[in-house]
Amino acid sequence: MSSARTFRVLPGFNLTLGYTLAYLSLIILVPLAAVFLKTASLSFEQFWAIVTAERVVASYKLSFGASLLAAAINAVFGLMLAWVLVRYSFPGKKLIDALVDLPFALPTAVAGIALTALYARNGWLGQYLEPLGIQVAFKPLGVLVALVFIGLPFVVRTVQPILEDLDTELEEAAASLGAQRWQIFRHVILPILLPALLTGFALAFARAVGEYGSVIFIAGNLPMVSEITPLMIITKLEQYDYTGATAIASVMLVFSFTLLLIINGLQAWTAKRTGRDR
Amino acid sequence: MAGATTLQLGGDHAARFESRQATRETPLVKWTILGISLLFFAIFLLMPLLAVFVEALRKGWGTYAIALTDPDALSAVKLTLLAAVIAVPLNLVFGVAAAWAIAKFEFRGKHFLITLIDLPFSVSPVIAGLIYVLVFGAQGWFGPWLSEHDIRIIFAVPGIVLATVFVTFPFVVRELIPLMEAQGKEEEEAAVVLGANGWQVFWHVTLPNIKWGLMYGVILTNARAMGEFGAVSVVSGHIRGQTNTLPLHVEILYNEYQFSAAFAVASLLALLALVTLVIKSWVEHRAALAYRDSQDTVS
Repeated sequence: MSSARTFRVLPGFNLTLGYTLAYLSLIILVPLAAVFLKTASLSFEQFWAIVTAERVVASYKLSFGASLLAAAINAVFGLMLAWVLVRYSFPGKKLIDALVDLPFALPTAVAGIALTALYARNGWLGQYLEPLGIQVAFKPLGVLVALVFIGLPFVVRTVQPILEDLDTELEEAAASLGAQRWQIFRHVILPILLPALLTGFALAFARAVGEYGSVIFIAGNLPMVSEITPLMIITKLEQYDYTGATAIASVMLVFSFTLLLIINGLQAWTAKRTGRDR
Repeated sequence: MAGATTLQLGGDHAARFESRQATRETPLVKWTILGISLLFFAIFLLMPLLAVFVEALRKGWGTYAIALTDPDALSAVKLTLLAAVIAVPLNLVFGVAAAWAIAKFEFRGKHFLITLIDLPFSVSPVIAGLIYVLVFGAQGWFGPWLSEHDIRIIFAVPGIVLATVFVTFPFVVRELIPLMEAQGKEEEEAAVVLGANGWQVFWHVTLPNIKWGLMYGVILTNARAMGEFGAVSVVSGHIRGQTNTLPLHVEILYNEYQFSAAFAVASLLALLALVTLVIKSWVEHRAALAYRDSQDTVS
């Protein structure tokens, strides 16, 4: 790595960095700043009243609670799926590996109506869950299902490369020292995977908190029960309450920024732990 | 933040782990894990995908064809393509420029810059739409000036394009940075010393090295651009035949209880997703081949 003082042989630094900064400011930074400037026009009491209104607080609880739970479910099953895709050979593996990215590629609105159709009273899954007393569609549980769908690839795709990089020697050494398979997983493999697993969890969580399209169709959107926070912003916008929408948006933004910094830290930790430069 | 979507040169590792006693599980454990994973996959990924096509064809091909040839559907297709055709090249050019500056040079605040570039990944799509309403909307910063000059951005096509650019902003650049960093800059520097100008260096030295990553980023950008819902929904105004993209058209049909038509249009988007995944796998395959070739020439 060269220091900033070395003579630059390659051309184009000023041009490309200048363009990057200009484009970034125009498209992202200045418009985002509008949220905080607009929010700053409120007095603190007004701001506080908006962001702690009963219905809004209920939406935080649902959004953050369901997102955390969905990310946790994805951490468990995503790890299993990554494990299976790396370690076992079975027919159809390539196809399944490719389809894991479906939630990245499938438009969220399509996912939303498809999940609603599945879990509705007469749907493929809903018809079996309904007699058991489990209602998914138009209930908070539906929000959870949509968020699990949206977050799954984040965990699989962050854990998978680390699993692929694992040397067999480590486990062989542990086994020759008499460790059981479960002990090897728990004390040798899991510590290596942990930073990546946490990164995947955080990525899935960050995505879930902001998710809108796949959730609103299946949620039912009952005030105080199944309204997510992004929907609260939309609701306020539809009532032309721009300040209200912006105040809630600023709360979400501060949260997203914090999470982004945490994720960056986790990724640095993963790189350090595994020697991978990402 | 983009970590989850970057090009990985996986290859098959199963043989390595399955051939050794110490890295195998007992058949019972193995088949239990495999069974649970595949069941989870089937319920959460496969069934929603199948449901789209089954619901789309529930009332037969006739209804399906009518839904797709409806003038409002066709204009939604056009607008979706238009937004992608503008947003993808914009972010492609930005992605290459930013990756060049970040990967080939050292400067202060680099990591902070990367974090800023990642912002659109962590911002809710709804907020991505809201910010442009605050800047260009009737009550926004430029609202009065824009209405004086009879320029519409919000509830019109420019707003939809802007929102699309925002949500797809980091895909290309995040794909290219690790690739370009791994490549180093010796080859480019050699070309400069031999008298190539900047454009020649990029075109003949850098581009061949990053082409698969670039394609990968473009595919992901395009899929997201055509499928974006939340951000576009805020700035669109939902004017049928004018400011409706395909995902918004799905929502309108669905809310009007025209389920078969909604799923017919949705199946078009699902097909797009499947095509995206096929091209993506193909690019991964080609990139792995190219990587192996380059390793062979080195050794």
